[in-house]
Amino acid sequence: MSLTRRTLLASSAAALAAPALAQTQGKVVVIGGGFGGASAARFLHKMGFDVTLIEPNAQYISCPFSNAVIAGLRDLSQQTFTYAALERQGIRLVRQMASKIDNSVRRVTLADGVMISYDRLVLAPGIDLNFEALPGYDEAASNLMPHAWKAGAQTLLLRQQLEAMSDGGTVIISAPANPFRCPPGPYERASLIAWYLKNHKPKSKLLILDAKDAFSKQSLFTAAWKEIYGDRVEWIGLSGGGKVTEVKAKEKIFITEFGEHKADVGNVIPPQRAGKIAISAGVADQTGWCPIDPVTFEAKLAPNIHVIGDACVGGGMPKSAFSANAQAKACAQAVAALLRGDAPTEPKLVNTCYSLVKPDYGISVAGVYAPARGLLADVQGAGGVSAANASASVRAAEAQYAEGWYKTITQEVFG
Amino acid sequence: MALLFCLCGPALADPLDVSQSPPGASACLGCHGATETELPSLKNLSAVEIEAGMDAFRTGAREATLMNRIAKGFTPEETRAIAQWLATQGRAK
Repeated sequence: MSLTRRTLLASSAAALAAPALAQTQGKVVVIGGGFGGASAARFLHKMGFDVTLIEPNAQYISCPFSNAVIAGLRDLSQQTFTYAALERQGIRLVRQMASKIDNSVRRVTLADGVMISYDRLVLAPGIDLNFEALPGYDEAASNLMPHAWKAGAQTLLLRQQLEAMSDGGTVIISAPANPFRCPPGPYERASLIAWYLKNHKPKSKLLILDAKDAFSKQSLFTAAWKEIYGDRVEWIGLSGGGKVTEVKAKEKIFITEFGEHKADVGNVIPPQRAGKIAISAGVADQTGWCPIDPVTFEAKLAPNIHVIGDACVGGGMPKSAFSANAQAKACAQAVAALLRGDAPTEPKLVNTCYSLVKPDYGISVAGVYAPARGLLADVQGAGGVSAANASASVRAAEAQYAEGWYKTITQEVFG
Repeated sequence: MALLFCLCGPALADPLDVSQSPPGASACLGCHGATETELPSLKNLSAVEIEAGMDAFRTGAREATLMNRIAKGFTPEETRAIAQWLATQGRAK
């Protein structure tokens, strides 16, 4: 940066607002230690910023591949990561819940009342399950009909219920309307549970009740279900009466507009919204999600607060771990530029998401995104799903690549 | 030997400085990392080889399970900038 530009900036509001002389050029607070937040913390710290990561949990339990845990193909320990590498890197880790954001004075208040100030805040709170959206489904109900949409105890509960179910039972999964975390997730889950049933409880069935008529990788999943699982898997979409309007948790009954379905194991994937702190900070709109600037990820509803990962909306990027990690890097780059008084450059983003239909059968969706008309829009001509007529060896290769992706991304995020 | 391992471990896991990365480059790292997995690290490829590979994926001259879908989202110029940046970061030759 030239001296002239530096001098010029010193008188600008941006420079005045940043109480510089911290570690290097600014103090960044990150809320949330998932794929988005932990990535943002690491990349911003690498660029020389003073970074504090606020995350109440000592361990992170990852959702990608947790469907394999449910199906008994994987141990939860393979999903579990610590923040040791982040601390070793020099990131200040605060093991608390952020309870309040006062953006007018750029300050986060923690659950114990301690306050932490920031020049820029990166908010990566992930999702909250909306326990007010589906009558009969609240937190207590989730102990009877697990959601397993945040990995951990819920994942194991669903697995235990499947293991305890008698052969000949019915498993029902209800899937929400868009948008929600991991668009292909309910269908990968259905696939791997069907795999478990086929191998351990062959007289059992699986029913998916869906609040929409189309879903991610639909043609691939549908074809694979028919080929591998036959009549064992049934999907009912919105127009067929698949939208669940109420559940009775004790009886494991799903009520739809067209009737009732009784399950032996019921998995309710409820509607979702941005994590609570985003709602209380006022960066979420009436949809419950946080609109963002596609270049900087700065919240459209609040300056200096950047929102990444599942909590943000603004274009075609799905709510996935890959997206959150890619957004974290683009956001870190923009935050660095802004704190240094430079103009942020337009990013290009990528999403890749693998799903397993069975252990050696993987399918994928990919997309490339660029800012356009205020959104992160799909780059035309790019992206899409795996080929419809691929050979078994291609499906097996994609299942292997899924494993490779998981190793690489978790190493980048958690060390 | 043990000391060497200790010194190398954290360094390997350290993130890259992406502050000067060209558009799209940092996203590559989500699959192609510092070490080989079921997916290739790009460390043994030169920038020229990465660029040529991406060009071939884009045009369809080379088959892929997924990279063809991603390569089509980048122009030849963007692809070259990404390949060159990866090389400057030690993630390509």
